[in-house]
Amino acid sequence: MGLYRDEGVVLRTQKLGEADRIVSLLTRRHGRIRAVAKGVRRTSSRFGSRLEPFMHVDAQLAEGRSLDVVAQVETVTPYGQPVCANYGLYTAGTVMLETTERLVAEEHEPALQQFLLLVGGLRALSQQEHAPGLTLDSFLLRSLAIAGYAPSFSDCAHCGAEGPHRAFSPAAGGLLCADCRVPGTARPAPETIELLAALLAGDWEVADASEPRIRRETCGLVSAYVRWHLERDLRSLVYVDRTPEPNGTVRG
Amino acid sequence: MYEGIVQDLIDELGRLPGVGPKSAQRIAFHLLAADPADVKRLADVLVEVKQKVRFCQTCGNVAEDDQCRICRDPGRDPTVLCVVEESKDVVAVERTREFRGRYHVLGGAISPIEGIGPDDLRIRELMQRLADGTVTEAILATDPNLEGEATATYLTRLLKPMGLRITRLASGLPVGGDLEYADEVTLGRAFEGRRAVDD
Repeated sequence: MGLYRDEGVVLRTQKLGEADRIVSLLTRRHGRIRAVAKGVRRTSSRFGSRLEPFMHVDAQLAEGRSLDVVAQVETVTPYGQPVCANYGLYTAGTVMLETTERLVAEEHEPALQQFLLLVGGLRALSQQEHAPGLTLDSFLLRSLAIAGYAPSFSDCAHCGAEGPHRAFSPAAGGLLCADCRVPGTARPAPETIELLAALLAGDWEVADASEPRIRRETCGLVSAYVRWHLERDLRSLVYVDRTPEPNGTVRG
Repeated sequence: MYEGIVQDLIDELGRLPGVGPKSAQRIAFHLLAADPADVKRLADVLVEVKQKVRFCQTCGNVAEDDQCRICRDPGRDPTVLCVVEESKDVVAVERTREFRGRYHVLGGAISPIEGIGPDDLRIRELMQRLADGTVTEAILATDPNLEGEATATYLTRLLKPMGLRITRLASGLPVGGDLEYADEVTLGRAFEGRRAVDD
């Protein structure tokens, strides 16, 4: 049985037998892998806490027939602690993990760009560099772009006519010009289109300056876009908590 | 594949958690070889447990009446409420013989990735229990894993405006272990929750 070592982020865990867990990890070099972590549910486990979702770890694994086996784990960055101490961050972070798991469908297929995006997204989320809702929406748009579903927020997604355009269609892949526009397409505010483009490009100056009303509209459009292109609903998306913080600040 | 009812038994046993096809087959043949009286006793208990056992209307723990043994006990302190995820956690806390208050069983932990949100747990019932002001302290004893911590964070945000004392079970070093073998997350928690010994 061959041993290999890789760093990865824990996407999901699932109970197995008496005290074991199946851990789904997105690793830097081996893509998404599923491995058995033995005895980690016991309080005496020496690495159970390192294999919680959101944890960025350096793991040694043994190749198995169907599932690999976790041999050793060291923590690289414990994103789980700051994330679960804030309910809004937890719900936003869970959507990031589920989206990643859905987009990296094939096991053992390297997905370096998605891995780097996830680590960056979790860092931004845990350090609260930006409003959690903005971090999440930016992550979703960029994840879809990496997967080949990059939305167009300037030129017409159908004929390529130069923008600006006002009609937004998730099915068409972004904005549509007046000629290509089909009935039922949304007509978001120009500021919303500007925010969508900023989130895709990582222009945080524009994104951070946006108004709550624009962020709400943007969030709805991003959710619609994600739902359309992933074909199935993300289970965690409906639980994203965007209520105001007790100290009065409003999260985006 | 076996004939008729033997295969049915293997299929039914195979649906139990943690029982795979091989284990199901082994259990089925064990039952076939066992004394008929033993098998009947097992079958009777299975039927009886489904008929008699229900969930306590007050706390959500497993009970044989409308209320569980703990909710019926007048000697229990009604001002302290321990909030746990599952009925088996009640048993774990009871084993300590340290707690004399009452319980509230949530029925799980918030896990959006599994499609479990706050509305799927007995949080509304908890709020109703706390509304009359009898309870002065709520102990959040959810599991010390990510879902458990997030559930505790959510409950804290919800309960704080009610003016209760909200406490969380301590996390830290297991009794009987060596410090050098503790992982950094557990050791970090132990430092966070350290207490003065000269009080």
